[in-house]
Amino acid sequence: MKHTETDAPADGFDWHAESSDVELTRGERFWEFYEHRVYQPMLIAWSDLRTRIGLVVIAFYLLLALIGELGLWRAPSTSQAPRLLGMFENMAYPLGTTSAGVDLTAAIIHSTSDILLMVLAGGVWATGVALLVGVFAGYKGGMIDNILMSVSDFFMAIPGLPLVIILAITFSPENPIFVGVILTINYWAGLGRSLRSQVLTIREDSYVEASRTMGVSTWQIMVKDIIPNLMPYVTVNFVFAARYTIFASVGLYFLGVLPYSTQTWGVTLARAQANGALFVPDAAHWLIAPMIAIVGLALGLILLGQGMDKVFNPRVRTRLAGESETTEEGEDDSITGGTL
Amino acid sequence: MVNYYVRRTARVFATVFAVMSVTFGLIRLLPGGPYSQLRAQLLRSGVPAEQVNQQIENLQNIRPDAPLWEQYINYMVSVLQLNLGQSISKGDPVVEILAQAAPWTIFIVVVSTVLMFAFGIVLGALQAYKEGSKFDGIVSTFSMAGMSIPFYVIAILALLVFSYRLGWFPPSGTADSSIDNYWSLAFFVSVLKHAALPVFAYTITGIGSQALAMRGNSIQVLGQDFVEVARLRGLSDTRISTRYVARNAILPMYTGFLLLLGFRLGGTIILEYIFNYPGLGYYMLEGLNGNDYPLMMGTFLVITVALVVGVYIADLTYSKIDPRISAGDSREAY
Repeated sequence: MKHTETDAPADGFDWHAESSDVELTRGERFWEFYEHRVYQPMLIAWSDLRTRIGLVVIAFYLLLALIGELGLWRAPSTSQAPRLLGMFENMAYPLGTTSAGVDLTAAIIHSTSDILLMVLAGGVWATGVALLVGVFAGYKGGMIDNILMSVSDFFMAIPGLPLVIILAITFSPENPIFVGVILTINYWAGLGRSLRSQVLTIREDSYVEASRTMGVSTWQIMVKDIIPNLMPYVTVNFVFAARYTIFASVGLYFLGVLPYSTQTWGVTLARAQANGALFVPDAAHWLIAPMIAIVGLALGLILLGQGMDKVFNPRVRTRLAGESETTEEGEDDSITGGTL
Repeated sequence: MVNYYVRRTARVFATVFAVMSVTFGLIRLLPGGPYSQLRAQLLRSGVPAEQVNQQIENLQNIRPDAPLWEQYINYMVSVLQLNLGQSISKGDPVVEILAQAAPWTIFIVVVSTVLMFAFGIVLGALQAYKEGSKFDGIVSTFSMAGMSIPFYVIAILALLVFSYRLGWFPPSGTADSSIDNYWSLAFFVSVLKHAALPVFAYTITGIGSQALAMRGNSIQVLGQDFVEVARLRGLSDTRISTRYVARNAILPMYTGFLLLLGFRLGGTIILEYIFNYPGLGYYMLEGLNGNDYPLMMGTFLVITVALVVGVYIADLTYSKIDPRISAGDSREAY
């Protein structure tokens, strides 16, 4: 995606010949923006089965979060239901209950919004910092590049989870957004490095050189010429960072390292294990319920990520058709982060 | 132009030094200052203040009343002498505890990572070879499903089914403690049995993403001219697939491997907790839960050094495989 018609001319310096000739009314501009940025991407996204399933799954989790926030489902509390009901034994408690009589469905619904916030914060932080570092280091080169890469090498040298655990007990974060950021505190390093090496090739491309010769500011080049080219890669990795955040957060709540006020999925998992759900046959559903919640969300994200690649791929986008030939570009993106 | 190996080795030391400094800083950052809790406890039980300071100094090589720079230097010097202090909860030197734990963790991580890569590469290559076939579709679906399952879910389920329900594998420990002879076959079998479930859980969830990456890379390489030329030259399929395609397809997965190593070493905290497997991760959590800072920070340091060394070894061997690396002066190969 190079300069598209929707790009506003650089302020004060009009080097877009066509945009000075044709004045667009505000309505037309809005319509064009809608067409290019909203309607077409959605059309392409929807044309792909994986994205469609992914979107439905994510929408389902958003709905759960909404139900929890609006209080449409009972809040979890002890002795609210018969003890250790299995799954679907009593449709009032579809996922069953714990040995203390807590409705598992309620426990899962009421922590969904926190998890989603955490995941969003983790994904945005990890990819945001990586993008900033990678693009800056790659485009500027020289001294800045050296410094930034040494810093990210250092962060890559620290194993993620142990560092996160130490930070978690140091700061005892409770705010889900803060938890998300802590969980991905050094996730950006690897991604930043691979983004940098992509920028190194992009910055030599002729259209970037053209922009440079025309005197476009460095900032403008980065935002308009370089970052759009990285977007497919960034989206895919956003999804992986988000997945890592879910896995790590549940893992740490499971270990009991993070402080909690609500029963998040990891806490439910930990309680189940502590209450012997591993040996008591009647309690197995107690473990299974939070597991389904975790795996479902991760699967939704991954399907969405695999399909979103198409949305950002300009070659596919211009075709606009559902039967676009499979471009293999998204598939070779190696994951730059952990698998938990 | 300094030799690549010299610079690479220097970077290892620089990183370890930096991590040691950060560890020192983190110890001071930990809630309530390093030892205020222990100190208050000892003072309350009637131990004279001087003795308390002495005891704390022994524990972590930090003298609480010394100026910061002196504490820092003392800490660094003692760590270099392999003195990580003494575990509060266990009473043994931290180094001794960790020296026993480290081999188990390294064993689990190395075996599972190698298995994961081997399966991933073979599956991915087969998929690429039969692109678009039913096999390709099925494996891709499984890969994506596998990517959305965290290893601890598999670990818990494996424990539930194979250990508690079926009784095939022991649920905890590294080996049967009743076997004294460490060189007997029985001991070896017992080690394998204890490691089977952790390795299984840690391997199976990682295969999917490796297979997908390998598949993508192979398809890209297969479409390149030199493969076509090799075919025209009449080279055998085996030679093309191993020498031409596999080699070039595996190389890009290498950067991912370096990063993965760190995440996998860190992940052992959860893995070893679930299986009660006394490795590094297990002791880190022990230290954490027992407010045993020397043990915790010592483990953190050892895990980090293990990672730095692991990446270093991988880096050096990699430059043997890919000539571009040692010829050029950076790790970037694009």
